[in-house]
Amino acid sequence: MPRVAILACLLLAIAAAAAQTPPADDGLYLAWGGKAGIRAVMDDFVPRLATDPRTAPFFKGADLEHLSAQLTEQLCQQAGGPCVYSGKSMKVVHEDLGIHRRDFNALVEILQQSMDAKGIPFGAQNGMLARLAPMHRDIEDR
Amino acid sequence: MRRPALALLVGLAATLPGLPTQAQSGGKLLLTGGVSSIDGAAGGGLTPWALTGSYATAGEIGATAFATRVRTGDYGLAVYGAAVSAWDRVELSVARQDLDTGHSLAPLGLAGLHLKQDILGAKVRIAGDAVLDSDSLMPQIAIGLEHKKTHAGDLGPTLYGPLGAKDSGTDVYLSATKLLLAPGLLVNLTLRSTRANQNGLLGFGGAQGRGARLEPELSLAKLLRRDLAVGVEFRAKPDNLNRSVLGTGALKEDDWKDLFVAWAPSKHVSLTAAWVDLGRIAPAAQPRRQSGGYLSLQFAI
Repeated sequence: MPRVAILACLLLAIAAAAAQTPPADDGLYLAWGGKAGIRAVMDDFVPRLATDPRTAPFFKGADLEHLSAQLTEQLCQQAGGPCVYSGKSMKVVHEDLGIHRRDFNALVEILQQSMDAKGIPFGAQNGMLARLAPMHRDIEDR
Repeated sequence: MRRPALALLVGLAATLPGLPTQAQSGGKLLLTGGVSSIDGAAGGGLTPWALTGSYATAGEIGATAFATRVRTGDYGLAVYGAAVSAWDRVELSVARQDLDTGHSLAPLGLAGLHLKQDILGAKVRIAGDAVLDSDSLMPQIAIGLEHKKTHAGDLGPTLYGPLGAKDSGTDVYLSATKLLLAPGLLVNLTLRSTRANQNGLLGFGGAQGRGARLEPELSLAKLLRRDLAVGVEFRAKPDNLNRSVLGTGALKEDDWKDLFVAWAPSKHVSLTAAWVDLGRIAPAAQPRRQSGGYLSLQFAI
């Protein structure tokens, strides 16, 4: 049992050290190349969402230009940049769309394609995903 | 036991409509189904994780099959098995292990002995989400069991006789897995209630100690890329046969450790290579520590 206790403490220490509380600084924002860098990824991302067969049905008739601007605001704010997301809440926007986990993960994979395409470093990709991932609770159908 | 189990899995897979289309689009993110542990359950290499195997997420069903080879100084272990996972909730697995003891047991007149073991596993995710709840430290938690049946060959009469071991046992475990998404760090702690000797290859319990013990197993993995992880594992084990009729220390066993790298070029295949340290195995006959290479190939649909 002491081994169990030691390991449990080690685990907690590691978890605490790496705890994913959003830092107040703008390091992530800068790593993404500021608002222009975020916009470049979103301008790549949104057309992919609209054409990938896994996500296209959810974006039929959407104003893609507007969507890209809104997402840029949102990611800019999430990254600690000087932006304020002015769109509707995630819950309201996605209500009744019937989005399930596989759809949410498909979106993540498409975002990963866009981040790769625009040269966002892996660590900065994961930093952003960590800020966005909890939104699955408001986006997915339960 | 093994054939009915395989038939059950195959039958289950065959009766599920829409499996091919669903499975091909497996909705989990890359590597978030882990790899196949030596006991068949999804996890790291030596220990199960709370993740369910394959890329099947909510509303999907998936399957994996794997083959693993371990080569230490004096022993060779071959494992193969399969698992079916449904809804990112439950997982059923089967595995067969075959330990080639080489010449190590020649002093006992058992040169070339193979110790085999069949393992039936079941796992249920009971809480949490290891990947997406990145604003919380709450891990994904699963409970599981591994029912093991040993085939000790000509060692059987000694193992089940004077040594006092049983030829089957059931491990029960609780796993907590968390992917710390921002740093790309996966942490797993498994607590296993077990009586197994050398994971069951030397039976369960012994004349001097039959009770189940709670043993911790720890894995840490770092994602270097989406398709590439490196990590370390530690697995504590009971030592039921240490004071046996063969003399104290003759069958002492040690904890297991490994350093691994896992690569998933696609959602259909992963390759895991590791350096493992299995400590001493039957030191009366073979006193050297057993360390060496580990290679595991997994296919997923």
